[in-house]
Amino acid sequence: MSKTILEMSHITKEFPGVKALDEVTFKVEEGEIHCLVGENGAGKSTLMKVLSGVYPHGSYSGDIIIDGKIQQYSSIRDSEHAGLAIIYQELALIPDLSVYENIYLGNEQKKGSTIDWNETIRKAKIQLDKVGLKVDPSMKIRNLGVGKQQLIEIAKALSKDIRILILDEPTAALNDDDSDNLLNLILELKKQGVTSIMISHKLKEVLKIADTVTILRDGKTVNTLKRAELHEDIIIKNMVGREIENIFPKRQNKAIGDIRLEVKNWNAYDFAVSRQILTDVNINVRKGEILGIAGLMGAGRTEFALSIFGNSKNYKVSGDLFIDGKKTEIKHPLDAIKAGLAYVSEDRKRDGLILDQDVKQNLSIVSLKNLVKNFVINKNEEIRIAETYRKNLKIKTPSVEAQVRKLSGGNQQKVSLGKWLLSDPDILILDEPTRGIDVGAKYEIYTIMNKLVEEGMSIIMISSELPEVLGMSDRIYVVCEGRVTGEISGSDATQEKIMKMATV
Amino acid sequence: MNIRVLKQNARDYGMYIALLVIMVTFTILTGGIFMSPRNLSNLFDQTGYVAVLAVGMTLIIIIRHIDLSVGFVAGFLGAVAAVLLKMGVGLPIVLACTIIVGAIIGIYHGWLVASMGVPSFVASLAGMFIFRGALLRITEGTGTIIVESPFFNALGNGFIPDVFKGLISIEKVHVLTIVIGMVAVVAFIIGELRVRGQKKKYNFEDSTLDMFIGKLLFISALILFFCWKLSQYNGISWTVVIVIVIVGAYHFFMNNTVLGRHVYAIGGNPEAAELSGIKVKAVTYFVFVSMSALAALAGIMFTARLQSATTTAGTGFELDAIASAYVGGVSAAGGVGKVTGTIIGAIVMSSLSNGMNLVGVGISYQYIVRGLILVIAVLFDIQSRRVKI
Repeated sequence: MSKTILEMSHITKEFPGVKALDEVTFKVEEGEIHCLVGENGAGKSTLMKVLSGVYPHGSYSGDIIIDGKIQQYSSIRDSEHAGLAIIYQELALIPDLSVYENIYLGNEQKKGSTIDWNETIRKAKIQLDKVGLKVDPSMKIRNLGVGKQQLIEIAKALSKDIRILILDEPTAALNDDDSDNLLNLILELKKQGVTSIMISHKLKEVLKIADTVTILRDGKTVNTLKRAELHEDIIIKNMVGREIENIFPKRQNKAIGDIRLEVKNWNAYDFAVSRQILTDVNINVRKGEILGIAGLMGAGRTEFALSIFGNSKNYKVSGDLFIDGKKTEIKHPLDAIKAGLAYVSEDRKRDGLILDQDVKQNLSIVSLKNLVKNFVINKNEEIRIAETYRKNLKIKTPSVEAQVRKLSGGNQQKVSLGKWLLSDPDILILDEPTRGIDVGAKYEIYTIMNKLVEEGMSIIMISSELPEVLGMSDRIYVVCEGRVTGEISGSDATQEKIMKMATV
Repeated sequence: MNIRVLKQNARDYGMYIALLVIMVTFTILTGGIFMSPRNLSNLFDQTGYVAVLAVGMTLIIIIRHIDLSVGFVAGFLGAVAAVLLKMGVGLPIVLACTIIVGAIIGIYHGWLVASMGVPSFVASLAGMFIFRGALLRITEGTGTIIVESPFFNALGNGFIPDVFKGLISIEKVHVLTIVIGMVAVVAFIIGELRVRGQKKKYNFEDSTLDMFIGKLLFISALILFFCWKLSQYNGISWTVVIVIVIVGAYHFFMNNTVLGRHVYAIGGNPEAAELSGIKVKAVTYFVFVSMSALAALAGIMFTARLQSATTTAGTGFELDAIASAYVGGVSAAGGVGKVTGTIIGAIVMSSLSNGMNLVGVGISYQYIVRGLILVIAVLFDIQSRRVKI
């Protein structure tokens, strides 16, 4: 019988205002492949960061025990020393260095006080053989595909005599062939005695390779299942069932009208990650409807919103977009605004607000044109309108001339929403409208959404929170890996059904 | 006024206080020579061309770019103007042509930066070499090109004529300057009252009445003081007129027009600006064109001041302009800054040179002092941002 190599017991990690991990217990046995699953925000990545020393000893409570000894890491270096290696979703390779330089980066092979490049190349070849990768070690990382880069990351990890390999969604950016390749490699490494911990959203993969699965939900360990007990339905059942902490305001009169926006055969290619991120997406939204778009992180939901909003700088898009039945070309966000669209971004600080400016300037930025008389902005009118929105949206700020940076998250989100409402859109895209804001502000945002659709607006709501999707949407599309994998009406939907479609 | 309000305003008023301290210090050290009408007039004229460049640079820095080429663009275009004048082209056409060529240079820089994605530091560094070469190319045959047009030279040396001279004669006083000063004060007070009245109409909070009156009195006194000083010499120079018009126009533009707001928005958060429907690329073009057109104007002013185009005209102007903007409170991180602040920054920097010259401080120390002032100004900016959390 195998022995426990790693045990994390009663790990609690708090961030200001949130308990990310709550008494999590997690046990890994030597030589097994242990998968960690859970919804977005369940605490998987945080747990791995605690394990690898990103959050040093003292910033969390609980114990990490390896081979029966309590470990106290103050940095990633310490955990590497203990034989842990973590490979993140975003690869940490340096694109303009060669394969061998990357493999031994930070672990340079020295002869005296200088680097022994011949030895480095010789050893790099051995590591590449271990992961079954046939590339010239002097090639630059930039010229290799994502799949190969992932393998090089693993080769790099293996070069350090590791005992536990941690992979954070290793296949998220890979195509099917590369994914299979990688999974086979993990199985191969298991035969050589390497213990692996893998975080994954793809249940098929989990079922294929896992010896044990631990499921996290809301920062707690829900269940640990052995291979014999594994079944897709059981895992999903454990993943969802998140407590519904919000009450959703009821909508008075639902009057859903004709199709307002329709997207056909929509494809998008993302320059930043150089791959296809949306394939054959067909979506429509009706007048007076809240359309939910569910899916796991990285499924392509935000990319969908940005690509229809004319962000052509980052995406190459093909497909047809119809507004009120008329084919429309959107090449710049300005075209989108003119066509009646509005996009409240997922990351309000990065894409939504100008933090150094005040509330009124942030509110008016999209619709300045309406405030202009004889080429001059009527600033008094600007303040008056800002005051009106402050009252209607209940934005808590000392004045409309206060800097947005100083507001709380919920109030910043309201400013971000308000700036788009000022542009008087027909179709409002909300990307994670309640991320990182408190329950009271959430309720207020839901109430505003209901009021807007009652007045005939169409809302597309992208959300990772299943209760929110279920509570608010008239109809739901589920997206997985850049494809629409299901459409379901709000009344028929359950968390299990959505999760099943989101993890195919 | 409590301490928090003071802290918030420190960033806005700090520059004015610094300028006041510098001026008073030098007045004491020089036994009043610094504040003499002749010296003040000189000081303002010396600041003129850098001030014009610094106005353009303010916009460039606000949108998180830099333009190192402006010094030699100004030098080159000043020489172009001199050559055209020598060829006998009429003055209005010379001015128009020079500024149009400036705008075209701006389009070139805008194209490199906005369309091609070349970092502005590199694009404008290349421009610096190119226009240094172009300046030499024009002037190396003849050496210095003397300009003989009195109207042109007046732009750098001349003063506005005293139209009241015959009517009211006060001994050795430029009457029109005083009249302009009084008109400016009246216009200023009427303008402020109107703004206050509108705010009342909309029921907005405004400063208290004593604060308001204090501000009116202080600024009116300042305007009258400088006009009175200048009137005892030759009156207001054309350089000062040009600077005031440019600053006024840009100040209004940045605060009251959609394009001006877009400039600030892009500087504050380019991604958010683009997603808010702002054409970041087009605005970037505009800002570079405005910069180079102002460089043309600065070149004209400098050539007029020297009454000739020289082979080294424009050397280091860009650095003075950049320093003026930073000292004047334009944030190195972008998105924040005022044209009026930049002008104060420019006057601070040239007051330092001028004052230290009068006191007899060696040039080596002058550079060190100016460098330290720049560092202090930027540290102050970073610090005052931190306080706001």
